[in-house]
Amino acid sequence: MDTPFGMAAMSAFSIPGPRLPRTVRRPAAVTTRARLAGMDAVLDPTGALFWPAESLLVVSDLHLETGSSYARTGQMLPPYDTSLTLAALAAAVERHRPARILSLGDTFHDPFGAERLTPEARDLIGAMMRRAAFIFVTGNHEKDGAAALGGRVADAVTIGGTTFRHIPSAVVPDTPEVAGHLHPAARIAVKGRSLKRRCFIGCDRRLVMPAMGCLTGGLPVTDPAFTALWPAGPDPRPAVHLIGRERVFSLGAT
Amino acid sequence: MTMGMTGNATARRVAADTAATDRAAADVGAADTAAADMASANPAAVLPEPFAGWFAGQGWAPRPHQLALVEKAEAGLSSLLIAPTGAGKTLAGFLPSLIEIAHENRRRNAPVREGPHTLYISPLKALAVDIARNLERPIAEMGLSITHETRTGDTPQNRRRRQKEVPPDILLTTAEQIALLVCQPDAARYFSELKVVIVDELHALVTSKRGDLLSLGLARLRRHAPGLRTVGLSATVADPDDLRGWLVPQALLDPDALPDLGAPVRVDDHRGVPRRRAEAPPSGLSELIVVEGGAKPDLSILKTEARVPWSGHMTRWAVPDVYALIKAHRTTLVFVNTRSQAETLFYELWRINDETLPIALHHGSLEREQRRKVEAAMGRNALRAVVCTSTLDLGIDWGDVDLVVHVGAPKGASRLAQRIGRANHRMDEPSKAVLVPSNRFEVMECQAALDANYHGRQDTPAIKDGALDVLAQHVLGMAVADPFDALDLFEEIRSAYPYRTLDWETFERVVDYGATGGYALRAYDRYAKIRRRKKDGLWSITHPNVAKQYRLNVSTIVELASLPVRLVSRRGGTLTRRGPVLGQLEEYFLATLAPGDTFLFAGQVLKLEQVLQNEVLVTKTAQTEPKIPYYGGSKFPLTTYLAAGVRQMLADPAHREALPEQVREWLDLQAVRSRLPRTDELLVETFPRGKRHYLVAYPFEGRLAHQTLGMLLTRRLERAGAKPMGFVASDYALAIWALEDLSVFYDDAPNTMADLFAEDMLGDDLDEWLADSMLMKRTFRAVAQIAHLVERRHPGQEKTGRQITISTDLVYDVLRSHEPDHILMRATWADAATGLLDIRRLGEMLARVRAHIVHVRLPRISPLAVPIMLEIGRESVQGEGSEMLLAEAADELIREAME
Repeated sequence: MDTPFGMAAMSAFSIPGPRLPRTVRRPAAVTTRARLAGMDAVLDPTGALFWPAESLLVVSDLHLETGSSYARTGQMLPPYDTSLTLAALAAAVERHRPARILSLGDTFHDPFGAERLTPEARDLIGAMMRRAAFIFVTGNHEKDGAAALGGRVADAVTIGGTTFRHIPSAVVPDTPEVAGHLHPAARIAVKGRSLKRRCFIGCDRRLVMPAMGCLTGGLPVTDPAFTALWPAGPDPRPAVHLIGRERVFSLGAT
Repeated sequence: MTMGMTGNATARRVAADTAATDRAAADVGAADTAAADMASANPAAVLPEPFAGWFAGQGWAPRPHQLALVEKAEAGLSSLLIAPTGAGKTLAGFLPSLIEIAHENRRRNAPVREGPHTLYISPLKALAVDIARNLERPIAEMGLSITHETRTGDTPQNRRRRQKEVPPDILLTTAEQIALLVCQPDAARYFSELKVVIVDELHALVTSKRGDLLSLGLARLRRHAPGLRTVGLSATVADPDDLRGWLVPQALLDPDALPDLGAPVRVDDHRGVPRRRAEAPPSGLSELIVVEGGAKPDLSILKTEARVPWSGHMTRWAVPDVYALIKAHRTTLVFVNTRSQAETLFYELWRINDETLPIALHHGSLEREQRRKVEAAMGRNALRAVVCTSTLDLGIDWGDVDLVVHVGAPKGASRLAQRIGRANHRMDEPSKAVLVPSNRFEVMECQAALDANYHGRQDTPAIKDGALDVLAQHVLGMAVADPFDALDLFEEIRSAYPYRTLDWETFERVVDYGATGGYALRAYDRYAKIRRRKKDGLWSITHPNVAKQYRLNVSTIVELASLPVRLVSRRGGTLTRRGPVLGQLEEYFLATLAPGDTFLFAGQVLKLEQVLQNEVLVTKTAQTEPKIPYYGGSKFPLTTYLAAGVRQMLADPAHREALPEQVREWLDLQAVRSRLPRTDELLVETFPRGKRHYLVAYPFEGRLAHQTLGMLLTRRLERAGAKPMGFVASDYALAIWALEDLSVFYDDAPNTMADLFAEDMLGDDLDEWLADSMLMKRTFRAVAQIAHLVERRHPGQEKTGRQITISTDLVYDVLRSHEPDHILMRATWADAATGLLDIRRLGEMLARVRAHIVHVRLPRISPLAVPIMLEIGRESVQGEGSEMLLAEAADELIREAME
């Protein structure tokens, strides 16, 4: 097509409008190591965490089938979120080749999400299940909706001395704890521009995982929900690890 | 400070109210002293009693345009009335309806009518209420048994219900209310007696999405009321034919343009068959009545001893002069272009307000209650000046404004004319206005605006293609109203002027969007909101809830995500939670603030304490220099017309004669040191300064287009290995800098400057940049709301603006990666192309200068480059490479930690 894209789409009624973005070759993902919640962890830019010592990949708040969940109430959000989120998960699995995959709750956006999965999505999950054992921690959104997929379902699990549960405990836990639920995101101001990204926030005692779902919004880490987890005092301050497109940026203690 | 001022104003109330009433009556009645000039024949022949007698009793004679409208109405013709303020436009619009209703009501047997005879539609709620008040007097004095009522978003439910049961003769309302009324189940009956629709401030309405929504509503009203007549009231515009077309149905659907639908399921044969619309005038235009403007305004550029600065927008240099002007006049309206300018100017005026003149502030971020107070005080003539933004461009007339001061360049000739019209609302007395340029380029722009005004030139924007998000809303609304036949509705929609070229494929996709979101992956068929029925092929809603949700969300006004600002105090280290709300602060500005930062808002220096439960808590501070000087607000790019005027001044010494000497000297020096571009040229200068090399271009296409250009040029330079470091854009110029000389990459074959500015940057470069553009996301957010993809209000819960921002950004990302051709992406694209990105104008410029790019290589900075160079560092670099910024920030932190 000779007409430049910009000019061709000038009229609201002209067809074709905007076209598919060119596939841009992306640089390889850069992971970051951090000591968090009793783990020597590898933080992946998809929002996944890999714990080499246990060959465990942890992901949280996939919120699969968010689009269709809204569609049921008349807000027709794009039906592509599940495949995008699963593609991110698959990329992390490919990179780290874990023996176990732990989904830390809210795997689905609502209790009936599993029933709405497309056959393609089911196949993709099936393929991953054949490569690694799945553990589904139950979240507040889905009840035990993920049970339909097979794999182990539990309210909380302890692996290598670290406890994994969906909602962070209100008091500072005695043993290291990894949780999700809060969808942490951080805002930083750079050169007069403010950027907001999902993030890991944690210290050696506890960690809150970012949400992996691509339609899942974030709660600023300045929210009281987070300050309550790390009350002022002698305890270690949490560090924020910001998720960029291909890299995790560690921004130090808050 | 604002509070103190209002206190003063209240104290001055006294007997000013009577004066205001007299004035209001005069505006409707339009006392005409020049009655002898009347062009029309004996008015009694046109005006029946009691109208002729009433005019005579007032000592007035009806004006020719008022009589002309009565005559057109009697012939059943729609009309556009273009008249300057103070010409008795409003009464002219209503007069034919009053006559007709009075006549009709005398002969009417039924006590209650089915619905209104006349709809009056105003772009502002407040204006509708004001006009209703002004209508009362002629109706009462003539003893007419005519009822009129207002219906806006603020009208309580019980009154709306009454308006349905006992409809008034005249209903004064807004575009949104029309959209709601036409989707009511009994709309056909309610509008069966409708004869006239009057649209006020048509020039302002038609360039907005509200105008699109109303045009679609009108198309539907014409179906219910086949002989419907429209009356458009407008200020002077560049192209009246656009407006004339807007007022009447667009005729004659070309049968060849209709789709071949194969064998549609069609029960009744008359549906969908292309037919001539009987009521459509063959010309496709309404009648036109123009009232030539009265006295020429007394317009000047501020003469000052002070030196006009090279750059900047705050116009601090002229504050003493502006204050002197306020002192020398009864009431002054001080217009500025942005909210930050309003805040700054207001603050600076009060610093030197030794006589504590009542000077007030009015802009869109202030609390509504506060704005109403200022408007009321103004109506009572209790104020000496109001510093205001475009919030006062339209609307009700006030007291005795005898001076308009325009601080900063007006950005458009018509915008200036409109604002000048706010002074002295009597047609035959000249309005007085003084322009105060902020910097030297603006001196030229002000001069260009002055020349344009003298010659009566207009540069109002043309009517654009109708917005697809508005269409999507409307299509859903039509299914809510009644099951529709797609072809039939397509034809109806194409009769609306903004949608007259809509193609079937796009329409089909809009319908599909309304049903299931319109995704290629047809995942939501079972959740469809509207569905084509098997029995008759009509589209209807699938559940009553769809109608309920639709009604909750009808609108085209999208509020920016903003939070209320509450002024609290600090007692013993803890914040109290009680205090007045000062206004709304946009979230994106808030994001650049940290607790402890100070900023100017509502005329005071405030300190940000905390953002708590969706409220911004601030305290007063003793600091006088706010740390953060800027916060958002609209910035209009200068119009193509004024830009051409400025270009002409650069090119031709004869056009520079009117300019002040300091500006002329500056330009003469530019001619010696570098070059003054000819009108068709694009001047590009390159020069070293400090340790950097600069490239400065002067396209004069407005700041938005320049920002987009800067973004695209830096991408291209990056690819060429020139390593650009940043850029800054103003309304007039664009500067890019780098460590190395940028011109070496574009000096000779194979690459020249012309290659750098080649139009194909609007292809892939633009495409890639858009992928991550915040501006696109902001545009998409509004589109998603208007098209009801994301609902602001869901039965039982209301989303805050905050939550919507978060989710639509993510939806945008998902949609762009999977279905960039989705109908809402196209709507977003069309908005951005003429809106925040101004791609259309950039494209036109690149095409125009193609063979006329003049590159001047300089040993040092040129005089013309000084203003834009001074902007560097003052304006944040509008970089969009967020990933790069992130990496830089992280690296910096790491460096800090290591050292």
